[in-house]
Amino acid sequence: MLYYIGAISLILIGMYAVLTKKNLLKIVVGLSIVDSGVNLLFISVGYVKDATAPIFSMPSLTADKMVDPVPQALVLTAIVIGLATTAVALGLVIRLYDHHKTLNINKIRQLKW
Amino acid sequence: MRKAIAILLLAIVGYYFINVFIHMPFGEKREGVGKYYLENTVKETGAANVVTAIVVSYRGFDTLGEVTVLFLAATGLGAILFGKRGEKRRLQGASVIVKTTSMMLYPMVVLLGAYVFVHGHLTPGGGFQGGAIIATGVLLMFMSYRHFNVSHNALTWIESLAGLTFATVGLIGLALGTTFLQNFLPLGTPNDLVSAGIIPIIYIAVGFKVGAELTGVLDNMLKTIR
Repeated sequence: MLYYIGAISLILIGMYAVLTKKNLLKIVVGLSIVDSGVNLLFISVGYVKDATAPIFSMPSLTADKMVDPVPQALVLTAIVIGLATTAVALGLVIRLYDHHKTLNINKIRQLKW
Repeated sequence: MRKAIAILLLAIVGYYFINVFIHMPFGEKREGVGKYYLENTVKETGAANVVTAIVVSYRGFDTLGEVTVLFLAATGLGAILFGKRGEKRRLQGASVIVKTTSMMLYPMVVLLGAYVFVHGHLTPGGGFQGGAIIATGVLLMFMSYRHFNVSHNALTWIESLAGLTFATVGLIGLALGTTFLQNFLPLGTPNDLVSAGIIPIIYIAVGFKVGAELTGVLDNMLKTIR
């Protein structure tokens, strides 16, 4: 249960950063915090008490003593996509900085909310 | 004012999150698809690592899509930063100690990356992780040597060939068997290096592809400060 609360708070902290910060780089950092929170939430959904990683590397390991492999496979995908989107976001930030010479979203008029 | 609105909004989102997850059992045994995978993976695919079997075999088509997304992101970043030559900044070169150490570490890091993606079906690891490790090695070199360069042509070739291998293996499965990415090689004994049919081939291709793409991303980013 504590894992859920921790992961959800990570998501909320990231969203708070995205909503209130004025520096574009901090917004990108917030997005990647949301990303980590979602990944942690997925992994903790698949957790089984006293179980090990789903790898049959020893004969003594049995299927009923293993955690759910499906969320892990999904998170593997999500991490890579999160990395790619962060890279693209940073590229856009570099371009915006070139154009406006500032990272403050209040000074970049089109981004104000 | 803005902060208050944000906190209110997040409180609502958090309330619904908690409301959903309070009903999710935590740490209990699962039924359904996860159980099926755990019980049948070794029999059906020959891979000891169930996560790898799901990513490459059961959900292989999804992984092909994921690799495509990664490719698009890398290409898109190249397009966004295209033609940008950053203002000349005086970057100090790294010290002799850093240079020598990274020179010695670089082959080891690449070797570790290769090990991780070759053993993807046996140990925790696989193409994505191995590729990321290789890209870290290249980043080490980028940071210690200012004039370390990677050939863009070579990266493009590696990327394209690896992607082509993935698609071709899938299509051979379609031609010989019944479905896309159908296994057409003998499964071998589980926990052998050469086992699990097409899974190692695909994961090695993915490893090369991810390594080349992430290196390209790093190169594009670093070009902006050269």
